[in-house]
Amino acid sequence: MATKGERILEVRDLVKHFPLTQGILFKKQIGAIKAVDGVSFDLDRGETLGIVGESGCGKSTLAKLLMALERPTSGSVVINGRDMARAKGAELKRMRRNIQMVMQDPYTSLNPRMTVGDIIGEPYDIHTEVAPKGDRGRKVQELLEVVGLNPDHINRYPHQFSGGQRQRIGIARGLALQPEIIVCDEPVSALDVSIQAQVINLLERLQNEFGLAYIFIAHDLSVVRHISDRVAVMYLGKIVELGRDVEIYDKPAHPYTQALLSAVPVPDPEGREQRERIILQGDPPSPANPPSGCRFRTRCWKAQEICAEQEPLLEIRPGTRHESACHFAETHDVVHAG
Amino acid sequence: MSSETPQAGPVYSETLTTDQVVTAPSPGRRRRKKEGKPASLWSDAWHDLRRRPMFIVSIVLIAILLVMSFWPSLFTDINPLDARTCELSTARQGPSPGHIFGRDNQGCDVYARTIYGAKNSILIGVTTTILTMVVGGLLGLIAGTRGGMVDTLTSRVTEVFFAIPMILGALLITATFRGQDLGIWIVVMALSVLSWPMTFRIMRAAVITARNQDFVVAARALGASQSRIMFRHLLPNALAPVIVVATINLGGFIAAEAALSFLGVGVQPPDISWGLMIADARNRFLEAPLPLVFPAVFLSITVLAFIMMGDAVRDAIDPKLR
Amino acid sequence: MRKTSLDTLPAEGGLGDEPLLAVDNLHVEFATRAGVVRAVNGVSYSLRPGETLAVLGESGSGKSVTAQAIMGILDVPPARIPKGEIRFRGTDLLKLSDEARTQVRGQRIAMIFQDALSALNPVFTVGWQISEMFRIHRGMSRRDATAKAVELMDRVRIPAAKQRVNDYPHQFSGGMRQRIMIAMSIALDPEVLIADEPTTALDVTVQAQIMELLAELQRESNMGMILITHDLGVVADVADKISVMYGGRIVENAPVHDIYQSPAHPYTKGLLESIPRVDLKGQDLYAIKGLPPNLLDMPTGCAFHPRCPYRQDNCVTDSPPLYEINARRGSACHYWREVLDGDQG
Repeated sequence: MATKGERILEVRDLVKHFPLTQGILFKKQIGAIKAVDGVSFDLDRGETLGIVGESGCGKSTLAKLLMALERPTSGSVVINGRDMARAKGAELKRMRRNIQMVMQDPYTSLNPRMTVGDIIGEPYDIHTEVAPKGDRGRKVQELLEVVGLNPDHINRYPHQFSGGQRQRIGIARGLALQPEIIVCDEPVSALDVSIQAQVINLLERLQNEFGLAYIFIAHDLSVVRHISDRVAVMYLGKIVELGRDVEIYDKPAHPYTQALLSAVPVPDPEGREQRERIILQGDPPSPANPPSGCRFRTRCWKAQEICAEQEPLLEIRPGTRHESACHFAETHDVVHAG
Repeated sequence: MSSETPQAGPVYSETLTTDQVVTAPSPGRRRRKKEGKPASLWSDAWHDLRRRPMFIVSIVLIAILLVMSFWPSLFTDINPLDARTCELSTARQGPSPGHIFGRDNQGCDVYARTIYGAKNSILIGVTTTILTMVVGGLLGLIAGTRGGMVDTLTSRVTEVFFAIPMILGALLITATFRGQDLGIWIVVMALSVLSWPMTFRIMRAAVITARNQDFVVAARALGASQSRIMFRHLLPNALAPVIVVATINLGGFIAAEAALSFLGVGVQPPDISWGLMIADARNRFLEAPLPLVFPAVFLSITVLAFIMMGDAVRDAIDPKLR
Repeated sequence: MRKTSLDTLPAEGGLGDEPLLAVDNLHVEFATRAGVVRAVNGVSYSLRPGETLAVLGESGSGKSVTAQAIMGILDVPPARIPKGEIRFRGTDLLKLSDEARTQVRGQRIAMIFQDALSALNPVFTVGWQISEMFRIHRGMSRRDATAKAVELMDRVRIPAAKQRVNDYPHQFSGGMRQRIMIAMSIALDPEVLIADEPTTALDVTVQAQIMELLAELQRESNMGMILITHDLGVVADVADKISVMYGGRIVENAPVHDIYQSPAHPYTKGLLESIPRVDLKGQDLYAIKGLPPNLLDMPTGCAFHPRCPYRQDNCVTDSPPLYEINARRGSACHYWREVLDGDQG
């Protein structure tokens, strides 16, 4: 096994446009939804990259692209030196062993008509080379134990478990092939508050135990901060800011990140009247027709002419130590202000 | 409105079992089989079915009907196919010793004819149901899974079929193939050709609903093959509505056979079927209701037995309803 | 306003010492196939004009069922209210006739729901749906009612209200739909607004907009607001006082500042400690062990005892009453003093 810190995932200029079509039998393309529009980042072994953004920012499409559930329009997803976005057939299937996912909704992500044993054992049925047939039952029970469930429950059905327990079953399924990377798409947002902490602790324990790297997609900024080493902020299909967690949370440089952080309700009523609030106006524009130049300019209080003309690149800006995509990037501690 | 109202399902599924907290085993009828031995949906379903009274009753009824179809002589000494057993002079006579259901318009024994009629009626109903389920179900499964062009084309084709009125279409098909001496199979063919689109539509819709669920995405992320997704994930989750409609249709097919026979293109005398008997007895129903009532009652029991079986199977393959 | 012949309708005007709305020892049960589910077990809380009460709890805690009982929108059966009072301006709503109850619902007490899309009818324009309130309850003409609808849409800050009044719900974004729901709920100037997870389905930036809007509307009209939520952040932002629910009961009542500073019930304390904090990064989060209780099979004694670090023997047998800590605080824990002091069991 290689050491921690080795690069295992490189995403370059990933683009996914969903064509908008008209007509029933003979379809005609009339436009495209630019769900993901040029996203690049790296991931090291054992690291957690948090991805935050609001609905429609493309984070779920990004997860699907990473899992090769959608083919990108262009760009690459390189895992251990091989491009998953171009892989096909047996090679793609082999590569899937390295990247698995945990989904948001524990109620729909488990087949209601399969027993827990079948659900967690399915990876071995598909990748028969991973575990000899006689071994599978034992392996499934081990996995149940690893995620904190009773190994005797393999013959139960998903509906006999609570939401948090089902999420553990989904995690066990993701672990079965011993992947190096797990994409967690909102893994706790469907759970009760008192259960969320249990699942987050489990994910962290598994990371330490198996050296997993996580792509942790969520809209809950405090959860992302807790678990992530680095954080990427997405807006309308692009990463607008990328940096270590302390940089993003304490020294956000992009106005959108600042607005996002200031909008998060702080679970402490002290000084709530004085707290700085940046309340954005309106809704994000449609990804089918994004604004020219900087995509955030229509809701941005710093916007000037250049923002409409020239698209700001994601790069380290003067006065900041991490990448941001704003012509007027300027660090500003919104959370601790006031 | 009251979305959070605790109703049967979600409340106990949320709180039924715990791992950290020891609680009593799940309430309800689910058997506590020895844990540890691998189970699957179908073995669990079979285990469950064997304990359902509704399933047992329906299976016993269906078994009796099948025996009746293939060995009618076990139930009656009279062979109604032999014209000598009918006496025109006793037409429409009420029940009498030896002829407990009375006699029909031709003076034939209603009981014996009902028994002998079972074969054609049940054969037509069951084979048509199976054919439509296999053809329509399979095509629906493929169209629903694949989507895109495959789906568009098959869906348009079924729409053409929907435009053809059932009886008129069947009339046309049976009339065309009349000279071939295909017996009841021509009826089976005509009904199947015209009714598979219904099963197709139901299966396709159910598959599309299931296809968008996360567990299918999860299976794809694991690298599951197309056929694995179809048969392990989509089919079990889309089967319930197809089973329900199929068992209801079964009665419809037997009735359609009756209509065709009535129009003179279905089962031909001297062959016997319930449909033919009902058609025959209609004219003199007020004078002599029994020749109509008995085949009709048998027909209803048959349909009911299959619907009950379908219901039981549907419940058994849904772990939540066990 | 259309007058009703029933003299039992709650009076308007000054309240004196009486709270605007008081729920008193409310019990709600549901008959299900598997037995009787006691969803609400003796809940009491009260609300004054202009005040915001947050009801905090997880799914199955009974927080929404209590609200539905106040609104009178529970399906009876399977629901049943065997005990308790819901006093609105001193009148017990549960004793009113159906007709009088309808007069209260929507006009005096209004409610907004989590899922604005399913709460709006997809085949009518939003203008029609908002103006329906005026046509039905105020007997206004179509044109007047539509004008009022535009006015309301302006008030909840829907841009270009005049042009959008004839749009259908699906043409609006999630945040805008929630604004439309809010417009409908405040149309008849209710005195109490119940908001059931109003922002759970929305993004943080939109959530901030909606919460701000609600706060502003409340300031303008001095409504009492009951905010039902599971989000400790939202509560800290807007609430004046909090009732924490667990297993169909209120386990802690307190003014908002007190509860965050020094929780007096182990459940509240556990929830607050399980929030990720910057200074604890890299460490395990505090997690309340176990699962929420099964409503069909509630633990004996205190419902929280199987998960509680402060548990003693009597917690298993004796159900704790809501102990009074001071005039404004209560905790349903035998060991609230220890919890307040922070000594773990």
